[in-house]
Amino acid sequence: MTNKKDWPLWEVFIRSKNGLSHKHVGSLHAADAEMAIENARDVYTRRSEGVSIWVVESRYITASSPDQAESLFDPADDKVYRHPTFYNLPDEVKHI
Amino acid sequence: MDPKQKALEEQFQARIDADEKIEPKDWMPDAYRKTLIRQISQHAHSEVVGMLPEGNWVTRAPSLRRKVALLAKIQDEAGHGLYLYSAAETLGVSREELLEELHTGKAKYSSIFNYPSLSWADMGAIGWLVDGAAIMNQVMLTRTSYGPYARAMVRICKEESFHQRQGYEILLTLCRGAEAQKQMAQDALNRWWWPALMMFGPSDKDSTHTQQSMRWRIKRKTNDELRQQFIDATVPQADFLGLTVPDPALKWNEERSHYDFGEIDWDEFWNVVKGNGPCNRQRLQARVEAHEEGAWVREAAMAYAEKRRRRQEERKVEVA
Ligand SMILES: [Fe+2]
Ligand SMILES: [Fe+2]
Repeated sequence: MTNKKDWPLWEVFIRSKNGLSHKHVGSLHAADAEMAIENARDVYTRRSEGVSIWVVESRYITASSPDQAESLFDPADDKVYRHPTFYNLPDEVKHI
Repeated sequence: MDPKQKALEEQFQARIDADEKIEPKDWMPDAYRKTLIRQISQHAHSEVVGMLPEGNWVTRAPSLRRKVALLAKIQDEAGHGLYLYSAAETLGVSREELLEELHTGKAKYSSIFNYPSLSWADMGAIGWLVDGAAIMNQVMLTRTSYGPYARAMVRICKEESFHQRQGYEILLTLCRGAEAQKQMAQDALNRWWWPALMMFGPSDKDSTHTQQSMRWRIKRKTNDELRQQFIDATVPQADFLGLTVPDPALKWNEERSHYDFGEIDWDEFWNVVKGNGPCNRQRLQARVEAHEEGAWVREAAMAYAEKRRRRQEERKVEVA
């Protein structure tokens, strides 16, 4: 239902403190980006949970589908040589 | 059932049994989706309607300290409603449909909010008992199988604990005050105790949804288990206040390591669910009025956003 009268849906991302990435915290409806940020401030940072807010209208997010999960992610499962423990080194070798 | 459907359902149940979370775009049985939409939206409506009995006392709070606390609590409940509506929307219903169901009386909300808040002590009893009972349920739901619902619950639980503490503090102050104040606290407990126990829903033997919801791990404890847990936690708190729980059958059972308690008046419960509680009509009317009277604000905001968007585009054209 995309009624002209209805405010679109926005996804909200919050940086909890400098040095950390923005993290998805939830969504809300707002008429425009400015209002989405104001609402996000009121709803998601009432207890100092954030120092920065990103909002993006939900319809602009492209997501991978769960049906693709196998073809996208399975190829990584049998590549143990991408992990440090794959390589055998004697205990005497330090700091590596 | 056709074999492909059956295989999908078996795979789904296997994921649930392995304690995997289900996310919005994952395949799920229709009945699972429907159950979640019903439960999450009822929960959202309860948060929103739940603001009304407390809103009733904001202007009459006895001190500024009490007033800011009550306001902050009510504001949290509005936020809880929003987290939950958003979680329901991930299942493919729109906010408008959900509100429509509330406003036409098709959707239910927690019956507790159909009782009136008659004295200041009720603000204490609501925070302590009603939020207390809600917390029991919500802590369980942080482990529910649907990801967005579980995440909303984590946020909500973090915010809830102050609600219960501020309520208990109100009653503690009254109980340490004059005799008339203590009486007021006792009167509030008398009126809110049984409705609070009813918040956990019908007894397991009469609950139509419990078994399937447990199998899908939407719920992780039954209504009766949660109710018992609530009573066991709350009775000692009443003792500390020096108040009497209005149940002559209430008694510690050494063998079970639980309190035994009296029979709940299920006729009253179903009567309020069916819309005949003391405030059902008033609550619904307040919600409908708020929605209708706010329509022009929502429309104006959209018109303003649209105008601003058009201006920006015109400016871009000028620059180019
Ligand atoms: Fe709440
Ligand atoms: Fe609460």
